[in-house]
Amino acid sequence: MTATLERTAPAASSAAGRGGSTLTGTGSLVRFILRRDRVRLAVWTGSLVLFYAYFTAALGIMGETEGALQARGALMETPSGIVMGGPGYGVENYTVGAAMANEGTVWVVLALALMSILHVVRHTRAEEESSRSELVRAAPVGRHAPAVAAVATLVLVNAVIAVVSALAMTGVGGAEEMPLVDSLGMTVGSGLSAMVFGAIALVFCQLVEHGRGATGRSVAVFGLAFAIEVAGNLREVPGGSTLSWFSPIAWAQQTRAFVDLRWWPMALSVVAIVVLLVAASMLASRRDFGGGMIATRAGRPDARESLRGPLALAWLQQRTALLWSCLGLGLMWLASGTLIPEIGDMIGDLVVENPAMQAFFGGDTSQLEAAFLGAIMLYGALCAAAYAIVMGLRPKAEETTARAEVVLSAPVSRGRWLGAQLLVAGAGTVVLLAVGVYALWAGAASVGVTEPGLGTYTEVLVSYVPAVLIYLGLTAALFAWIPRATAAGWALLAYTFVIGMFGGLIEDLPEAARWISPFHWVPEPFVADFDAGSFAGLTAVAAGLLVLAFVGFRRRDLQST
Amino acid sequence: MNSTTTGTTAPAIEIHDLHKSFGAVQALDGLDLTVTHGQVAGFLGPNGAGKSTAIRVLLGLLRKDSGQVRLLGGDPWSDAVALHRRLAYVPGDVSLWPNLSGGESIDYLARLRGKVDTKRKDELLERFGLDPTKKTRTYSKGNRQKVALVSAFMSDVDLLVLDEPTSGLDPLMEAVFMEYVREAKDRGTSVLLSSHILSEVEKVCDTVTIIRQGRAVESGTLEELRHLTRSSVTTVVAGDPAALSALPGVHDVATVGTDEGTRVTFDVDNAQIGGVLTALSTLDVRSFTAAPPSLEELFLRHYGEDVSDAAAGSDAGSDDGTHVRPDDRPGKHTRAGSKAGAR
Repeated sequence: MTATLERTAPAASSAAGRGGSTLTGTGSLVRFILRRDRVRLAVWTGSLVLFYAYFTAALGIMGETEGALQARGALMETPSGIVMGGPGYGVENYTVGAAMANEGTVWVVLALALMSILHVVRHTRAEEESSRSELVRAAPVGRHAPAVAAVATLVLVNAVIAVVSALAMTGVGGAEEMPLVDSLGMTVGSGLSAMVFGAIALVFCQLVEHGRGATGRSVAVFGLAFAIEVAGNLREVPGGSTLSWFSPIAWAQQTRAFVDLRWWPMALSVVAIVVLLVAASMLASRRDFGGGMIATRAGRPDARESLRGPLALAWLQQRTALLWSCLGLGLMWLASGTLIPEIGDMIGDLVVENPAMQAFFGGDTSQLEAAFLGAIMLYGALCAAAYAIVMGLRPKAEETTARAEVVLSAPVSRGRWLGAQLLVAGAGTVVLLAVGVYALWAGAASVGVTEPGLGTYTEVLVSYVPAVLIYLGLTAALFAWIPRATAAGWALLAYTFVIGMFGGLIEDLPEAARWISPFHWVPEPFVADFDAGSFAGLTAVAAGLLVLAFVGFRRRDLQST
Repeated sequence: MNSTTTGTTAPAIEIHDLHKSFGAVQALDGLDLTVTHGQVAGFLGPNGAGKSTAIRVLLGLLRKDSGQVRLLGGDPWSDAVALHRRLAYVPGDVSLWPNLSGGESIDYLARLRGKVDTKRKDELLERFGLDPTKKTRTYSKGNRQKVALVSAFMSDVDLLVLDEPTSGLDPLMEAVFMEYVREAKDRGTSVLLSSHILSEVEKVCDTVTIIRQGRAVESGTLEELRHLTRSSVTTVVAGDPAALSALPGVHDVATVGTDEGTRVTFDVDNAQIGGVLTALSTLDVRSFTAAPPSLEELFLRHYGEDVSDAAAGSDAGSDDGTHVRPDDRPGKHTRAGSKAGAR
């Protein structure tokens, strides 16, 4: 072989050998993703391991008090317990492990599903949309390589989280109380269940052209799965009804970890993941780069008369998201409202059948009904707060894409521009919350429940409005003063959620730690009366944050990439 | 139209000793720039020289660190809204709302400034060949730029601020763009045109300011700038051209033997051109062409110095990047070779 041949032959063979594969370059992309997201993925992993370990420890401390866990188990048979927890395996002998699996699984799946959805969208559709992926795909990288690399890294991260969390749970709880095999059953089952939503996100990434759209639709599917899980579990305690099996969340709960472990429900998750990935790959092969399956329609040649000024544009930008959020939340809360009579019956049966429960709660079961409504209300308020944060981040997106620059170089003041964005965001948040609250009332009224009345619902709505707007104010203030730290709004929401859900569990929690949660200052819904003082206080905080946002944004440089 | 709103003598833009830094990066380092009323001013510099930063300060999007900035007689930061009524801006990389069509975006931007002249809009759409019904996310960079250009040229303003407005346009569209700039000038509109495409500036600008590393390194009318530089001479002579290289102001002499005689090419400082002509007259000139310096050459002289610095400074073999973007190598201001970078 001559030197010339030696030089040309490898090039030719590599072109032929690698050129045919749609997976070429996956390995380098996997390393690239891990490098790029090392902090992000480490934070997710750390937070989840901490969640597992901390609540194992907290439940362990609770278990030291005689009968405390048993009473908690009894609570888990009540409607609000089911809504906030799971199907109720092991409530008759409520151990630390049983409590972890019953109450923790759905929230672990929620966190992991969010991580999975965001990860998949971030590394596939969002990359394509920003045309960064165009650079990558122009290199010798196969058509399916980015998607496969995203899924591979997702599996890796989920596996690491599952193994480390299981070790942490068993380490904290003790191998006697919490055997490693059960810990693994819970963590692996939760990870697989969450990855179903990651796979769903990948399918949406093929269908729609925008990362935001794919994320929104995937999260909506999770909401639906959650509603099915709750409705299914409410129908039959313990164990859940057939309905709950239609939700991937149940496939993690049904492993019955720490009670009577079985592995096969996880197979449902695995099958679903494989089917969804195959579907995504078939769709991906059929579409163009950057395109979706749904063709873009032609638009108007000129703007509507109403598209005048930043306020009209902000409305145009936010109305679709608002419509879908109202529809989703409204329907879920309407359905919850219609459940109230059944809840009443259920509570009645519980108290009659279980004298211990009667001793625990006394004869007054109306409090249990109020607790159910309170739990539903907490979800609604959290959803509205999440909406406030998402919309509060719109100005940042406008700024980083330099669309703000175009508008602010026209005769539009900083205050007018930001005010338009925040006004639409704030009004949307209030509308969303109102739709949720009144849908709950309408659902209850439609099945003949008249107590509490419309006035009480309105009181609850009004008392929550300023608390929810604090999230908008915080996000806006951060945008104005520390744009890099706008994610802190999400941190406050996660904190509020943990305090709202598990605050009662942590006995030695200092009072000040609860104060940080805006919802702590809202009177207990449907139980306590409207409190003008707390309303004024929360309003002052929200207003203060918004003022801060305007002051800050007027004086800072506009950032552009 | 604007003589009533602005004092005819007041400059449209007046920047003196402007500083702006982003953390450790000094983006503007004592920039001076004046655009007199009714003038088309070119603003030249390579990527990262500070052109966009200066424009963003002018638009009140960034806050100056120090220096004086006046825009249409007002303060660009505190009078932003009032001033923006009288100007239109086209950014280099236009980004639009993905769910709006091109036509909707144009109307929206124009309405922020005032009334929409639909007749004018239709004319501009036709001249720029833009389909207004397409969603902006399906537009190419050039088409997004056309959206910004149409909405800018639609409005009747005193000042146009154009930041590399033609970077995505094809030559045909660039010609249309030039036409509208001239038309704006005829109406008395002042124009600040930032660019690194020199031929574009040469075609339409009255004055040019060249900016490098945040400060103006050259500014004046095209005539004045040309005076500072060299003409390229190509001549065929029958005599011996050896004496030419010794003349003051003559650079880069190259000779090639041809059938008719010796073809000589060289550059000459414009101030010394008389001496060259005297010397040539004794050499039996067969043909003679002298080209005025293009801005390209002016430009290369300013950045070319750094190229040669970079080449001289990198012992381990210079990569291509140093030639394309000499400004990426900070701290190399000294004059080293004079020849390598010039061509």
